[in-house]
This record gives sequence, C-alpha cells and structure tokens, in this order.
Amino acid sequence: MNPLPLNLLPPGADYAAVMPLLWAFAAAVLVLIAEMFWPYRSRRGVGWLTIAALLAIAVLGRAPSEAVYFGPIALDGFSGWCNGLLCLVAALSVLMSLDTLEVNGVTRGEYYPLLLFAVAGGMVMAAATDLVVMFLGLETMSMAVYVLAGMGKARRRSNEASLKYFLLGAFASAFMLYGIALLYSQAGSTDLAAMAGLAGEGGTSAVTRLGAALLLVGFGFKIAAVPFHLWAPDVYEGAPSPVTAFMATVVKAAAFAALLRSVLLAMPWVAGELQTPLWVAAAATMTVGNLAALRQRSLKRMLAFSSVAHTGYLAMAVVAGTSEAAAALLFYLAAYAAMNLGAFAVMMLLADRGRPAENISDLAGLGRARPLAALAMTVCMLSLTGIPPLGGFVAKVSLFGAVLDAGFYTLVVVAVLNSVLSAAYYLGVIRAMYFDDADSVAAGGASAASRVLPSRPALTVSILLAALAVVLIGLSPSPLLGSSLRALASVAGF
Amino acid sequence: MVGPAHFMALSAALFFIGAAGVATRRNIVVIFMSVELMLNAANLAFVAVARGLGTMEGQVIVFFVMTLAAAEAAVGLAVILAMFRNRQTVDAGEISLLKW
Repeated sequence: MNPLPLNLLPPGADYAAVMPLLWAFAAAVLVLIAEMFWPYRSRRGVGWLTIAALLAIAVLGRAPSEAVYFGPIALDGFSGWCNGLLCLVAALSVLMSLDTLEVNGVTRGEYYPLLLFAVAGGMVMAAATDLVVMFLGLETMSMAVYVLAGMGKARRRSNEASLKYFLLGAFASAFMLYGIALLYSQAGSTDLAAMAGLAGEGGTSAVTRLGAALLLVGFGFKIAAVPFHLWAPDVYEGAPSPVTAFMATVVKAAAFAALLRSVLLAMPWVAGELQTPLWVAAAATMTVGNLAALRQRSLKRMLAFSSVAHTGYLAMAVVAGTSEAAAALLFYLAAYAAMNLGAFAVMMLLADRGRPAENISDLAGLGRARPLAALAMTVCMLSLTGIPPLGGFVAKVSLFGAVLDAGFYTLVVVAVLNSVLSAAYYLGVIRAMYFDDADSVAAGGASAASRVLPSRPALTVSILLAALAVVLIGLSPSPLLGSSLRALASVAGF
Repeated sequence: MVGPAHFMALSAALFFIGAAGVATRRNIVVIFMSVELMLNAANLAFVAVARGLGTMEGQVIVFFVMTLAAAEAAVGLAVILAMFRNRQTVDAGEISLLKW
C-alpha cells in the first residue's frame, strides 16, 4: 500500500483559482451574521447587501487570461463565464424579491444567506474538474434550495414543495453518487481528465455505461428532464415565487454548467454510447413540457412546465455533443434566465387580499392597469416563444442550428414543432393581459387594477432590467455569443 | 476469499434495497432512511474500489459523503418537522395539496 501523501496541496496549486469561491462563501457567512444584528424594520437592507455582494463576486470571479488551477478547482474562461451568469441572475432575482418576500410568506431573513450559499455551490459546480467536487457543489446548492423552497414556513404548499424537492433531490443525489462510484471503479480516479480515457479501443465497458447513465439520471432530476421531471411543477408551484424564479434560472443554469463540463466536455463518448436514450429524453422533455403547459390555468405552474420544455431544447445540445452546440447552450441559458425572470417578476406584481395571485386569469386587464409591466411581459412571452428579434429567438436559432450541423434533423424538427405549439400558451398570457379585462369584470371578478401591488420600485426596476436584457440580447447577440464561445475554448483539453 | 468484488455486489444489493424502499414505503421518515441507505451503498462501493485499486482516493471520498449525509439529515428532518407541525402527518400519501 502506498504511504499517505503528506503534501496535501497538489503541485501547481494557485490560490487565485479558489478566491471567487472563497469570496462567495465568505459573503454568505457575512450576510448571515449581518442579518442577525440588522434592525427588523429595515430588513430590506440585507437584500441590498446581498445584491452588492453578488455584483462584487461577479467582478471578482472573472477569469484571468491564463487559466489557474487549485487541484480539482479550475478558474478558466468557462468558470469565469458561469460565475458572472450565476451572480448577475441571482442579483436580479434578489432585486425582485425585495418587495415580494412577505406577500409570499417568507418572513425570515435567512433567505438571503441561503441564496448566497446556493450561488456559491453553483460556482463550485461550474469550476470543478473532479466529479466528487462537482457533486459536493451540487449538494451545497441543493441543500440551500431545499430550505429556500420551504421558506414559507406557515404555508402548507411551501412545506410540501420543500419536502418533495428534498426527498426526490436526495434520491437523485444517491443515483448520481453511485454512478460516480462506478465510473471511479473503471477510471481509477474521479478526475475528469481520467473520464475521457474510459472509451478505449472497442468502446466502453458495461459498468462505465451504467455509471454514466446513473450520473445522467442524477443530472436529469436536477434539470427536470422527462421522465425525472415530475417534481418540477409541484415544487415550482408550491415554493414562494421569488424562490421559484431563482430555481428556474440560477439552479438550472448551474446544473447545466456542471453537465456541460463534467459530461459533454469531459466524457465525449457519452453522446455516442447513450445517444438513443438521450435523444428520446430530449424529445420527450420538450413535448411533455409543452403539452402539459397548454392545459394549465395557473401561471406559475404553466411557467414550471415551460421550464421543463426549455430543458428539452437545452438537452439537445447534450445529444449533439459538439462544441458549437455547447456554446449555444451557454448562450441559451443566459437568454432563458433573462426572459424567465421577467415573466416571474410580472407575476409577482399581482396579489389578491395579501396572497399572491398566480393564475393566468389574474392577469386580466394588466395591459391597462400597468402598461409598462404588461409590455415587459409581452416581450418575455414572445421571447420564450422564439419570435424575432428577441433574445429567445437568437438563442433558439443558434442552438437549433448547432444541433442541425451535428446531423440530428428529426430532433430539430420535433423542437421546431414544439416551439410552434408553445406559442399557444405563451400568446394566451398576452391575450389575458390585453383582451380579457371586460369579461372578468362582467363575471364579477376584480379587475387587475385592484390586484396589482401598490408601488414597488425595486420590482418594477427588475422587470424593466429583465425585459431590457431580453431585447438587448436579441438585437446584438454577438458579444454574448462570442464570450460563450471563448468560455468553451478555454476548457483545457477541448 | 472475500474480495472487493463481493463488497461491490453487497453495495449494489444495498443500493437496490434503498431504491425499493423509496419507491414502496409511505412513511416519509422511512423513505428518508432508504435514501441514506443508498448513500451508504455508494460509500461501500467507494471503499471497495479503493481497496481493489490500492489507492486512498475512494476512502477520502467516503468522509465527504458522510459529512454530506449528516448535513442532509439535519436539513431533511427539519423539513419533515416543519411539515409535521402544519399537517400532523408523515404519510407520503397525504401530501396531496400539490398533485404529485
């Protein structure tokens, strides 16, 4: 047996590689302590502190021109790009939660530090070059989000959401861990560099394929891909809306970032060996998500199924397995985060007798009561459908194009048909806002004017920021596209 | 002679028992225990592989997973408790406000 290595630091370890992560965890602890001593009446200050911390980490987490490593943690263009995306999207979701936490039943200040811990875990996932470190980052993020989903402690729906998310999340984690153990048994290491070598002459062994499949099952749960999506609508609906917005954007982006680095880039053989199941899962995910979304009357649940559908589009990049598809996936994640946050923010404007109003019919008359918010919602819905010249259109074109180039014609046809299908429910939201007012008032319902929360500047600003981002990404996509291409090019050995 | 392969078989058996427990049990605490069993099955696999390969890596990973399982127990029991306070039940079948 080998003697224990006494030098615990791997050769060439550079602390610069872990500094962004250390800053993120330090910020979470700092906000946790600050929150304890913060005067209860000005609790919003903690939120502003959180936003400032997230923006600072986004700046500190940028990649140096030359990639640096600290053992299994890399700070290269890819992790730098993901740090920026996760922090900026999380900052926007905090901005929209400042005004809406109480109406959603979140009265405890631990919301902010938990959210920071989740972001820090997500940053670990994007930076990890070792499956076990990636797994630890995933668990750090997930455990914070389990609690976040249950932050509406007095509300049964929030309890249920938290419990379901926890049980199914832990179940999925066990699958993922066992998959890692199987891959470890074949590769002799959990390092990503060792995973690429698993496909020798004559393909991979059965144990390797099983290990990779279990790993993908774990990821499938986290990104809510069919047939592991069943928790998503329930948890998204039951969790407090600001938490749902965070889950649908930051958590999903972090899971896809880890999937990209650990599977798509490190195990290029996966796309070949498991092509048929991945193909079927991607096609089923978008179809099931869209068909289920068509039937929803709750806007929140509709957005949850729409999120499942978009997971299906994104999963096509994993099927294709090319670097162009991977770059398009990164771009899509950014555009998707902006348009989804905008949609959730407009939904959070509405409340009925101190309770959040989350049905599509509650939007009736918003077009007259809040023309600007309704316009932002229209932009987000058109972008989710994929109407030019908005961000969602460019994202879909680049992603579908990359998958086409990889030769998956049928899959792209399925995706395009799904996009057409999705227009039905996205446009239904726009119809509700502009044309359904008279009907609902005649039927004795309150008009939107009475449901809109009184003036909420932070929420309004976040709605406008999200809509602006959607338009800007659509009108000049090249900077973002270029940066996502550079981010991928920086991943070592690719 | 009992070798690493036997331990791998045992860990696979434990993993399936855990998965079956999650799928069939109705009591949330028992479901949670089944998940912990699955994590420990993975632990056993890591140790067995490390023994077979003669490396330390797998044994170190187990410490991480044990810490993680402890953290998960803390969070999980708190979540179950929060639910029990409002509903007075730990039966998975009665959690039906949201369609499962």
